[in-house]
Amino acid sequence: MPFSIDNQEMMRQIIVDNYQNPRNFEEIDDPRYITIHMDSASCIDDIYVHVLLENDLIKDCKWHGKGCAISTASTSIMSELVLGKTIAEARAIMDEFNKMLEGKDFDEDVLDEAICFANVNRQPSRITCANISWRGLQKAFIEEEKKEHE
Amino acid sequence: MRLDPYQIRKDFPMYVNHESKFAGKGLVYLDNSATTFKPFSVIEASDHYYMDITANTRRGDYSLANAADQAFDEARRVVAKFINAKTPEEVIFTSGDTQGLNEVAYGMIPLLHKGDEIILSQSEHASNVLPWFEVAKLTGAEIKYVMLDEKGKVTPEGLRKVISDKTKVVSLASVSNVMGYVIDVKELVKIAHEYHAIYIDDAAQSIAHMKTDVQDSDVDIMVFSGHKMLGPTGIGVLYGKMEVLEKLHPLLYGGEMNARFNSDGYLSLDDVPYRFEAGTQNVAGVLGLAAACQYLENIGFDAISSHERELRKLAIEGLKRNGNAIIYNEDADTGIITFNIKNVFPQDVATYLSHKGVFVRSGTHCAKILPEFLHVDGTVRASLYLYNTKEDIMAFVKACATAEDYLDAFFD
Repeated sequence: MPFSIDNQEMMRQIIVDNYQNPRNFEEIDDPRYITIHMDSASCIDDIYVHVLLENDLIKDCKWHGKGCAISTASTSIMSELVLGKTIAEARAIMDEFNKMLEGKDFDEDVLDEAICFANVNRQPSRITCANISWRGLQKAFIEEEKKEHE
Repeated sequence: MRLDPYQIRKDFPMYVNHESKFAGKGLVYLDNSATTFKPFSVIEASDHYYMDITANTRRGDYSLANAADQAFDEARRVVAKFINAKTPEEVIFTSGDTQGLNEVAYGMIPLLHKGDEIILSQSEHASNVLPWFEVAKLTGAEIKYVMLDEKGKVTPEGLRKVISDKTKVVSLASVSNVMGYVIDVKELVKIAHEYHAIYIDDAAQSIAHMKTDVQDSDVDIMVFSGHKMLGPTGIGVLYGKMEVLEKLHPLLYGGEMNARFNSDGYLSLDDVPYRFEAGTQNVAGVLGLAAACQYLENIGFDAISSHERELRKLAIEGLKRNGNAIIYNEDADTGIITFNIKNVFPQDVATYLSHKGVFVRSGTHCAKILPEFLHVDGTVRASLYLYNTKEDIMAFVKACATAEDYLDAFFD
């Protein structure tokens, strides 16, 4: 079913659903995964993102930790959205997601369920909640690139 | 003895100007433990330095510099009287509580040895923990914690359980910025002194809300920030008994803290307090801080604390009536109320309250060891002050009642 930022009630339900039943929530202890720990001085969010990459392909994305409704739901949705995508595709999604958070024009189709965070910039202090695990994923990609250069 | 917050608000530009700048939007500011608004008199006192008497202090032989020197010295006397220091020379100006505690901790490095003990509590703020972590690493001293009692309070009994002949430092906040209890500083100091330990009072949270008398409490060192007591940001005080300050080593070296130095490395320090005030001082901040002391003395701490207690009672009653709050410090004697809304993440509560025009803090409030005691990841904190009104409390309680609708902050 297509989502639209015109359907605010549905956006809200997606957040609640992903907060209460987070997807891909699993602690991974497998050296093949890149694990990025995201936490911050000012908030309680404490999130681990685990990514399994194979030849530029995101074979798996799991996460665990603690966070507010916005960070939890956003991480859950991200983990679904990037699964099976290439790093380049995931980065393209990330770009659109960041544009949305910054209040710029963005491509709704690419973001799918992640458009439910279109209003987060109404509370600017919460933008960092919405993108915490996305920043983590970006770090994982950078780490992968470093590995390739070694 | 009662204070009139509506009258007091007329002294504060944040309230006076708010209506014209943010018409129709409430300004229910309940984050006073983080920082406070400033009265006109404080801002004017700081401006006076910039507008009328700008010159560097303790350096100039011209009359303008003398005017700045006099204002600076007078401010030191005002602050000394405010905390009842024996002499103005026991007052050292810092950039705030954090710098003060770092100066003390690092200044004690030559006095601390392997096996010595530094006592803190589980509820200390990062600024009274992390400098000690570093200093413990550098000296081989060990950190011990006073366990909190069942209510979350630091007690003399708790200190007795951990203190020993190895204890060299006891450093505790007289009011925890999360739990809000007033601890029995006098009794704790007595215990520390029985063991010949130096007692450091982190007065960041107490200074604005109750009468401080360093001679009566007998603390060896006390630190606080100006901005939490209606003063400017970037200014604070490190108080110390003269004999203690004379043993402390300066952390910062530079201009005006030395008497003379030679190319062979010889350095003779200036007297206390100047040896701890290297570089050009925050003169505007100092003058503003003195004005804040005078403002608070005029109102009186009895009136301030009874006002806070009255509002606190209303807030607690309201939260209980709402039925969806877990309160962690119901019996605390200050204006700090620490709570959670059942099944709502603290930061989501704070954003929702902000959406309703009520400004509170959420998180661990920099006291990151405390969750180990409270067994929660974080809390919401409302902290009150002299300009808060019953209407503020009603707005706060009303907003909390519906905090389960926290996503309204994004979708309303």
